[in-house]
Amino acid sequence: MIHFEKRLNPSRITTVVTPIIAVILTMIAGGIMFAALGKPPLEAIRIIFWDPLFDPNFASYSRPQLLVKAGPLILIAIGLSIGFKAGIWNIGAEGQYIMGAVFGAAVALAAYPADSVLLFPAMVVSGACGGWLWAMIPAILRTKFNTNEILVSLMLVYVAESILASVAQGLLKNPEGYGFPGSRNLQQYPSAFNAEVIANSGMHWGVISAFIAVICAYVMMTRHIRGFEVRLMGEAPKAARFSGTSTTRLVVFCLGISGALAGLAGMFEVSGPSGQITIDFNSGYGFTAIIVAFLGRLHPIGILLAGLLMALTYIGGELAQLMLGLPGASIQLFQGMLLLFLLATDIFTNYRIRIGGAK
Amino acid sequence: MKLKSILTSAIAAVALGTAAIAADIKVGFVYVGPVGDGGWTYEHDQGRKAVVEAFGDRVETIYQENVPEGADSERVMTQMALQGADLIFTTSFGYMDPTINVAKKFPNVKFEHATGYKRADNVSTYSARFYEGRAVQGHIAGKMTKTNKIGYIGSFPIPEVIRGINSAYIHAKKVNPDVEFNIVWAYTWFDPAKEADAANALIEQGCDVVLQHTDSTAPQAAAEKAGNVITFGQASDMAEFGPLPRVSSIIDDWGPYYVARTQAVLDGTWTSMDTWDGIGPGMVKIGEISSAVPADIKAEAEALRDALGSGEYHAFTGPLNKQDGTPWLAAGETADDGTLAGMNFYVEGLTGTIPQ
Repeated sequence: MIHFEKRLNPSRITTVVTPIIAVILTMIAGGIMFAALGKPPLEAIRIIFWDPLFDPNFASYSRPQLLVKAGPLILIAIGLSIGFKAGIWNIGAEGQYIMGAVFGAAVALAAYPADSVLLFPAMVVSGACGGWLWAMIPAILRTKFNTNEILVSLMLVYVAESILASVAQGLLKNPEGYGFPGSRNLQQYPSAFNAEVIANSGMHWGVISAFIAVICAYVMMTRHIRGFEVRLMGEAPKAARFSGTSTTRLVVFCLGISGALAGLAGMFEVSGPSGQITIDFNSGYGFTAIIVAFLGRLHPIGILLAGLLMALTYIGGELAQLMLGLPGASIQLFQGMLLLFLLATDIFTNYRIRIGGAK
Repeated sequence: MKLKSILTSAIAAVALGTAAIAADIKVGFVYVGPVGDGGWTYEHDQGRKAVVEAFGDRVETIYQENVPEGADSERVMTQMALQGADLIFTTSFGYMDPTINVAKKFPNVKFEHATGYKRADNVSTYSARFYEGRAVQGHIAGKMTKTNKIGYIGSFPIPEVIRGINSAYIHAKKVNPDVEFNIVWAYTWFDPAKEADAANALIEQGCDVVLQHTDSTAPQAAAEKAGNVITFGQASDMAEFGPLPRVSSIIDDWGPYYVARTQAVLDGTWTSMDTWDGIGPGMVKIGEISSAVPADIKAEAEALRDALGSGEYHAFTGPLNKQDGTPWLAAGETADDGTLAGMNFYVEGLTGTIPQ
């Protein structure tokens, strides 16, 4: 009989090795799928993982794009991971992302056509506030009425989407847009435009904020008392209460920080790569970030790598569709395989295989 | 002998291979939905296939489906251009600003943006006068309804959709003064679940005709289940739901346009322009009117179609007032394209307000 035996301490080596094994397993299973579709498997895998980084034709464009795509994922996932560590489940980052974008863009558009160096910082603050406020709704309902923050935060995504649709057609609509929905394009509004800090590097302020968030989260979780409280709450809630940690304060803190970071991500996106508030401005970053957080094992460095890996599969996947004519669904399947294998191999971090009879 | 045949086939294979690579131009298509949506994206992909058929090895086509509007679409277009595309069709309104951005970076690549209004030296726009098809639909709907209640599933309250509602209403009202329109906004172009919900809600309210400006066949399926409700195919023929509930359809036929524009690039005669074609040039087609429609109504509808096609009748011909009663078009006057392009008001008689 084969059975699993719990490790006393999670294995350090397997923590590092399992993601690599998972990527290899994905390549094998994905290769079989591509071959079954009648496409060259090795070439498909090379295009997905190698070409976006090193192809002479594309790499100079797609490397910066990797940062553009990974930036919001990392920024949101860092915020979520703090709550997840404490067992506080914010599933509604997509809604907070939308509200951050709406609040940030609203400041810019209300001041149109302002020419001030203070405008962009004001948008940053407003965007963070938008996300924070949206996350405070589940936080207050949870602490005052003990509602379930998973459901409330998720449902508020749909409310946020409706608000987005409404402002795109009303409040924030471009008055020179011939009646079409959608705001002015912030890319053509210099003092509000979140331009690349270094040209053609992909590094806009959102990407820089994501890196700063990774460092801050790392320091907080390892060095700061708040990080200790968060971990204690997740691993031993009773002990946390005995040690005087306030659940209320922690819920408000965790939801607040993840909401604010998601709001920031939305604001940086709308003022930069996206440029416009449109009816379907959000494209799922808030949900994908949940996957990124778990893929990164809720560890800041892990999330940084996971965000970049997700971005790579998106961009490489698009290239593979273009160059080989692979159907879009097969790329989604490929991404799904990667997640499945990553989570499945995770079991070896905490368990070891024993062959032979159980004791 | 054996070696020789192997060698010959190897040479043939190499020759074939180079022939495939040596297409004169590469044409890219960016799709907002899946190619199998049976509606909007499906018809654009049919257009792509028409290009393949027309030019064979001279043209290589590439496409990407399910591309979200916004920053993602900008990346997809850039990658197409980097890959050597000479002509790129971006087939959704939301690709407008990204198309303009990418076009700036690749002045030698030609772009064609569907349904937008921003052009540049290397960006053309094109759209179809779907409202002409709506006039025919309205006529059949007004004649066929027994409850005098017509349901309309709107996607987004943008001029194109509002134009369609007005056109259908004007022509339904003309043949049936008692007709009422119930409009539901789905806020999506393609979402079978939402569209089915909208259709069911309209049917419950007593509508026995359901018109849709969304792309899935879900409303057709809902009508089929309810029975005694008629529908029209949208963007694509949706003939599999005929003869009932689907009694006719508006078909977008992009093939001729795509072939013409590809030819222009091959010939080096491509220039930036704005195309807005209707039934006449064949960009909008009326699908076969099914046997469920009485012969006299069918003949009237076909006559209306032909009058619209030949240009002797305009779908917006006065006297027409706006919803608030203010005069819009005097008797015999027809609407100008500028007003139609930015249409953001209902005509008199429609109830409800356009969501703002």
